[in-house]
Amino acid sequence: MDPSVEDDRIYESGNTDFSNFVAVGNSLTAGFMDGALYRSGQMSAFPNIMAGQFEFVGGGEFNQPLMNDDLGGLLFNGQKIAQNRLVLAVDEQGNPAPAELAGNPTTEVTNTLSGSFNNVGVPGARSFELTLNGYGNAANLPTAANPYFVRFASSPDASVIEDAVAQNPSFFSLWIGNNDVLGYATNGGAGEDQTGNTDPSTYGPDDITDPNVFAQVYSGLVNSLNESASGGVLFNIPDVTSIPFFQVVPVQAVPLNEQTAAQLNAQFNLYNTQILGGLAQAGIISQNEVQQRQISFSEGDNFVTIRDENLTDLTTILQGPPFNLDPQTAQTLGQLRQANSSDLIPLTAASFIGTTVNDDPTLINGVTVPLGDQYVLTSEEQNKVQMATNAYNETIAGIAQQNELAFVDVNAILTQVNEGGIPYNGGTLTSEFVIGDSFSLDGIHLTPKGNALISNRAIEAINAQYGSTIPVVEIGDYKGITPSNNVAQ
Amino acid sequence: MAAQGQRALAMGHAGVAVVNSAELAFFNPAGLSHLEGQLNVSVGFTGVLSQTKWQNQETGQFSETDSGLGTPFHAYISYKINETFTAGLAVYTPYGSSVEWEKDWAGSHLVNDINLESIFVQPLISIRLSDEVSIGGGPIFVTGNVNFNRNADRSLTDLEGNRSNVTIDDSGVTNWGWSASMLITPGEKFKAGINYRSEIILSSENGDATFSNFTNSPLTPANTVMGFQAELPLPAELTIGASYEFNDKWLFAFDYNRIFWNVYESLDIDFEDPSVPNSINPRNYKSASTYRFGLQYKALENLTLRTGYYLDESPVRDGFFAPETPRNDANGFTGGISYQVNDKIAIDASFLYVRFEEVDTSYDPYTVNGQEAPFEGTYNSNAFLPGIGLTYNL
Repeated sequence: MDPSVEDDRIYESGNTDFSNFVAVGNSLTAGFMDGALYRSGQMSAFPNIMAGQFEFVGGGEFNQPLMNDDLGGLLFNGQKIAQNRLVLAVDEQGNPAPAELAGNPTTEVTNTLSGSFNNVGVPGARSFELTLNGYGNAANLPTAANPYFVRFASSPDASVIEDAVAQNPSFFSLWIGNNDVLGYATNGGAGEDQTGNTDPSTYGPDDITDPNVFAQVYSGLVNSLNESASGGVLFNIPDVTSIPFFQVVPVQAVPLNEQTAAQLNAQFNLYNTQILGGLAQAGIISQNEVQQRQISFSEGDNFVTIRDENLTDLTTILQGPPFNLDPQTAQTLGQLRQANSSDLIPLTAASFIGTTVNDDPTLINGVTVPLGDQYVLTSEEQNKVQMATNAYNETIAGIAQQNELAFVDVNAILTQVNEGGIPYNGGTLTSEFVIGDSFSLDGIHLTPKGNALISNRAIEAINAQYGSTIPVVEIGDYKGITPSNNVAQ
Repeated sequence: MAAQGQRALAMGHAGVAVVNSAELAFFNPAGLSHLEGQLNVSVGFTGVLSQTKWQNQETGQFSETDSGLGTPFHAYISYKINETFTAGLAVYTPYGSSVEWEKDWAGSHLVNDINLESIFVQPLISIRLSDEVSIGGGPIFVTGNVNFNRNADRSLTDLEGNRSNVTIDDSGVTNWGWSASMLITPGEKFKAGINYRSEIILSSENGDATFSNFTNSPLTPANTVMGFQAELPLPAELTIGASYEFNDKWLFAFDYNRIFWNVYESLDIDFEDPSVPNSINPRNYKSASTYRFGLQYKALENLTLRTGYYLDESPVRDGFFAPETPRNDANGFTGGISYQVNDKIAIDASFLYVRFEEVDTSYDPYTVNGQEAPFEGTYNSNAFLPGIGLTYNL
């Protein structure tokens, strides 16, 4: 065959060296998907796909710290500390839904791996955690260490970036920063926005990282990797609110018939008129807040009720005169409002909304009992995520340009996936849960097809930056969702 | 690739108007009554060493077939009852195909490997109506085997990442057909012939379809063995040709072949379990011609040399190029030798080298949820077929 893909060097490496590719990042780099890290997912990690194509231009082996099995899940001293992967199971009514794959995980965190690994992706890592010494020390678990890094850190004191740099990468990828906002978002903004606090050692696990901390850490990471590398590719942070995790559960998640709606309205009638009216007259809450707090149901799908920490907390006032409510009711009404179309409900609420408290049929979560802060990402909270994401992305784009590195605008790519989709040979990748094929069953991480898309966009960016002609992969050859009814009962 | 007689194969597989051995049982049964001697036998077999390479330069994917070794064979016998009637029996394998790609290669959703075998058994009669005209023919009994494996689609796997796949297997699929021919011999030197072999449809009804590496889910087929139905047409074939003996030493032959591949519209596999979707694979073949040229030179009293060439048009249309039969237009170059050991026995050796033209093409009808997902690439194939046989004449 002339020219032959197999025998002839028909692809160009351009002005960079792909012989030793090291990928640095978080779960997205590691190949985490379906809520777990497992072998076949790792094989579909975007850096592993890229490394396969780099072989056409002198790329070497790409070693990954493979898990022990295809279940996912982790053991720490024999105790299960991470769940198995999710699969799409079909129940007796024929409804497909994600469920945890059955089986006992066999990957023991303390069975540490030897050797160095080209894939230095650590699920859950935030930007500043890549520079933390002791992040791979089992003694520091669970708060100051990461079980995935414990498995393959070169020594207990090593940091992620040290282990990456020690390999003298000739080319690198860096995709970090997602978890600097993601934990806050997926927990409904229950954490803190630490913008302005430049000491990350004081951050909780679900906080937003200060953009200046991010910028400083990020430029340090790139400088370290650039010491030996002839080139690299940087990825920015997608808008977390565009992922299925926030799109599957509708804010109008409470279906009611006419009779139940009338009953509920009767229950809340006194609250809507007397209590809120009285508080407004007393000047405790504004008219605007009175409007926000109105609870009203009708036949059909209704907005869930939520606890909004931005509302004035009335819990104590309602227990005093003239209301004299019992503490439980006062607590329920304290920051109660019904959700509206600008709120987002995380996927984790799907199995919670509609359940009852203490088997009491009148205490229904999301209806008569408001959803807690962790089950709602309000528009104020969304703004905080957005602000931080924008700031991180400005940093990433700026550093890519300064260092003449290839740059992948993941934010734009996933926005396109979300708004109409991206076609490939034989299909279209959309963000629709399960059938869109882009996002895995955790609603956050990409499927193998999604990883192939990112890999192709990275290759295109690299080709444009370095004058290389690396071929892209056929997205249709990669998997979407895995169906299985082998689920834990 | 035809290899139904060592002497004819050495001459570009032209032989509808060449009278020199019992190979006529395949090429033109009418000519059997022109053979010298009472009993004529030709037996032989051919080794098929073929290789196909595929690549897609856009993705860098490539694969090649494992050449394997196909062995078409033939055995022909004719017995002269009297000056008018000659009886014969032919056993031959005109349609066979064996292609084995690397497992899970890029086109594995179309085929991993396929093996088709068919054996034709044909009693014959040849009647010499006059000095100038003879006719021949007889019923054909066919028995065939099929084994075909491919992956369920482009990406489905079990939980460990092993690709989900389906194998269909059936053997002893039988049916009947016929052939009829005529040989015209207006003079000593010039002969003209025509041969027609009927279409035969092999209907597979008792085979097994084996589903492997599917996950346990109502959304995918179960790992099980079930029945299936499929039809594979063996197309009708018409050959017209002539030969001319320039002198005692030189003979030239020309055959025109037409194979009515247009009957092969679609390979449809109907699985027994109605919940498993049928596999519909449009082929949309067109009828195609082959032009065959052969030359024979009698170098010595006991040594004959042969050579030939053919141009074979592919029945595959652009956009329907399925990798289970990766054939494009081909040029065949042939040669051979016959050595007369004694007045009864000759050894025949032949070779064929086939060079398929390299082609950038695709198989377009593969669909995913109703959307076409063409399988594209460049194919490059060639084959080498050495053969050996014996001719016996009493």
